[in-house]
Amino acid sequence: MACQGLQKGETLASLKTESDGLKKKLEVERGKLNDVELHQVAEKTEVLGALSIKTRRVLKGHGAKVLCMDWCKDKRRLVSSSQVRTSTDLWTREHGVSLPCTWVMACAYAPSGCAVACGGLDNKCSVIPLSLDKDENLAAKKKSVAMHTNYVSGCTFTNSDMQMLTSSGDGTCALWDVESGQLLQSFHGHTADVLSLDLAPSETGNTFVSGGCDRKANVWDMRSGQNIQSFESHESDINCVKYYPSGDAFASASDDATCRFYDLRADREVAVYQKDSIVFGASTVDFSLSGRLLFAGYNDYTINAWDVLKGNRVSILFGHENRVSRVKLSPDGTAICSASWDNTLRIWA
Amino acid sequence: MSTNNNIAQARKLVEQLRIEAGIERIKVSKAAADLMSYCEQHARSDPLLVGVPTSENPFKDKKPCIIL
Repeated sequence: MACQGLQKGETLASLKTESDGLKKKLEVERGKLNDVELHQVAEKTEVLGALSIKTRRVLKGHGAKVLCMDWCKDKRRLVSSSQVRTSTDLWTREHGVSLPCTWVMACAYAPSGCAVACGGLDNKCSVIPLSLDKDENLAAKKKSVAMHTNYVSGCTFTNSDMQMLTSSGDGTCALWDVESGQLLQSFHGHTADVLSLDLAPSETGNTFVSGGCDRKANVWDMRSGQNIQSFESHESDINCVKYYPSGDAFASASDDATCRFYDLRADREVAVYQKDSIVFGASTVDFSLSGRLLFAGYNDYTINAWDVLKGNRVSILFGHENRVSRVKLSPDGTAICSASWDNTLRIWA
Repeated sequence: MSTNNNIAQARKLVEQLRIEAGIERIKVSKAAADLMSYCEQHARSDPLLVGVPTSENPFKDKKPCIIL
């Protein structure tokens, strides 16, 4: 029997024993440092007062479920996408410029504000330069950058317009050079569709987190492609992952109706945001500027605001008439935008 | 050969777990203290937490003045 690649004394069985042993070791090591719960430490923090957040704008104009949105750094423009089209909206004027991109599940503004990336069921992620000229033929300028072998679920530019990170139903994430379309790095480790990714805040270095249908959240080194940390505590698909503003932690939203909070330096889950009355999946999360509040959108049409430190729900935002697909904080922290299957976007402040 | 694939996968898993098991960790008490400290430091400048006056919040409508 040909046994290429086996080290001396190594068998499939011995490797299995070793990996089981390492998994146990990981549990033990993590357990040693679990000396207190986050909400216990947070007992000395002041309780939050009632929030005065309500809908300030409703943006209509999409004729179909809005699946994704992103803010421009100018804090006033948004890009949003539905099953039918992608458009950029100036929320103050509520008029949109339609972009030639359909079946979009993910969209993102370039840091310069001069282009938009969108991707989805075409298995690609394309970049469209924006123009002030309404008659400009944007379809001609649309450029394919990323090519996956299944749908693109998430995309984000890195720190410049030059590189883009994507997550895909093909189980991988990838880093692309926008100009040439070249694949710079691919990230393998998830064993099912990757549904979301988020880049670490720039001060904390070159890492990003991804979450998927294998119930795992993985943290990656962008340069080496290495999976540096992995968290598996959700009981169902992870729909969204988002870094805490300091970069030392991240939150996740899952079909198991909970959101969870993981500290990267302690290497473990440190909070679960759940209630018996919340039985529908959470699809999206974002933090407020200080990281004290976590806004989460659910399939029961609501947005819940959680006290990140104490673990209790502070507020429920009602208004959408169908599932909330995305919530995102504006760049200056003054508002939250939500996208929904009710064909609208709402701005809350 | 599928046996070699299984072995390759198994070895990859062992290597991955070695990396994960070997990282340096801090106690939750320290991590929690740092998270709290970050929140406290930035609380005052968090508009959704403290609320900003209508005149300063671009998203809140200023009430129009009606001249009788």
